[in-house]
Amino acid sequence: MSVSNTLGDEKVCLECKDFSLFYGDKQALFDISLQIPTKRVTAFIGPSGCGKSTLLRCMNRMNDLIDNVRLNGEMLLNGEDINHKKVNVTDLRRQVGMVFQKPNPFPKSIFENVAYGLRLQGLNNKSELHDRVEASLKSAALWEEVGGRLQDNAFALSGGQQQRLVIARAIAIQPEVLLLDEPASALDPISTLKIEELIFDLKSQYTVVIVTHNMQQAARVSDYTAFLYLGELIEFGATDKIFTHPQEKQTEDYITGRYG
Amino acid sequence: MANDKTGQHILRQFDDDLESIRSKVMSMGGLVEKQLENSLIALVNCDSQLAEQVAMNDYQINAMEIAIDEECTQIIALRQPTANDLRLVMSIFKTISDLERIGDEAEKIGKNAIDLATEDRSQSYFADLKHLGDMVKVILRSSLDAFARMDVASAYETAASDKNINQQYELIMLNMINSMNESRASVELCLRIMWISRALERVGDHAKNICEYVIFTVEGKDIRHASFQQAINDFK
Repeated sequence: MSVSNTLGDEKVCLECKDFSLFYGDKQALFDISLQIPTKRVTAFIGPSGCGKSTLLRCMNRMNDLIDNVRLNGEMLLNGEDINHKKVNVTDLRRQVGMVFQKPNPFPKSIFENVAYGLRLQGLNNKSELHDRVEASLKSAALWEEVGGRLQDNAFALSGGQQQRLVIARAIAIQPEVLLLDEPASALDPISTLKIEELIFDLKSQYTVVIVTHNMQQAARVSDYTAFLYLGELIEFGATDKIFTHPQEKQTEDYITGRYG
Repeated sequence: MANDKTGQHILRQFDDDLESIRSKVMSMGGLVEKQLENSLIALVNCDSQLAEQVAMNDYQINAMEIAIDEECTQIIALRQPTANDLRLVMSIFKTISDLERIGDEAEKIGKNAIDLATEDRSQSYFADLKHLGDMVKVILRSSLDAFARMDVASAYETAASDKNINQQYELIMLNMINSMNESRASVELCLRIMWISRALERVGDHAKNICEYVIFTVEGKDIRHASFQQAINDFK
């Protein structure tokens, strides 16, 4: 694997140390060591089945619910192992939010979707709730489109709007990290660009990790790129380096469309 | 002409596109070589007809530059090349610009050859000039070969040989200055020889640039303006 010393002075937010994952007997991730910098966008690229989504899901313990999953090595958030017994998963997911490929709003109003997590946190003051919902919708670049119809059902929104609503819901509780698993793959090109523009804005406040099949998207939105193949981290480095002069032939073959 | 280190694209049409511009660059290189060669033949043989032909043919090189430029632009727009593909396309953009300039230098040599056709050839200046011309033909050929094969070792070696051309050029300059000091009657002839030498020396520089683009394409390393010796040491 090639890891150029690209992080430089960046502060590390998440770190995998010799991290391996097994589904039963089958090993899906092999000794991955990787540092995710704070308030930057890091993209995971690689062919289907390479482990990029698996690795992303490990970052807020989404694999806890799957039987027969075994982990080796460490996954550190600000230096603390997130898989340690004393870590409360709910607290972890409050710090590390996740957005999936298909928008999954709750069957509630636009307002309630964003207010949901805040209510769970015990926030019930009406005006404060409204302020937080408004701020989140603004951060998710959705306020202008829905500010006048917050009581409409979330399903009345377009796919791209629903995805931004889900992002608003995720950031309402002010997480530290946002995990995005192919957030734009079900969207049309314009909605995709809106999500990409949003990702650029989000990194001023959040550490963003994105899994994408669209390499041009990785090139457009990310500061750092990790290329995974067959469960191994092949190369990690600054995105501009990876896309102009990758160090590993496997990376070069994949991003130039010669893989396979 | 396929680069040995890289396989084929899944999208075969992309390979065809790249192959098409590469072969067009080679045709352009061939034409540029021919123009330079003819300008030197015209100069040595006092063939003003051939010299005029060189000056007339430059438009073909210009047209090729524009056509290849257009194809590169389309590849960037339609294929979004990355990594070695991107470096190849960027290098082609620059290579054709250097080739076009070499064409201009050949045209200059041709125009000066017309004026020199009636001059007396007994002086030794012409032997030095011919020698410089031979060196420049070799460096141009080697740089185009390095490009065709994407041969980094040969690109380094060829680029390094440009300093011999510069030395030969300096020698001619010195001789011309001495001649002009000795005889005012020789000033016009000396100036023309200086212009031609200058044009040849510039061709050497352009050939060196092409070698640098080959190195950039293959190694992803930009050695322009770096200490050349350092670059060679790094390579070794």
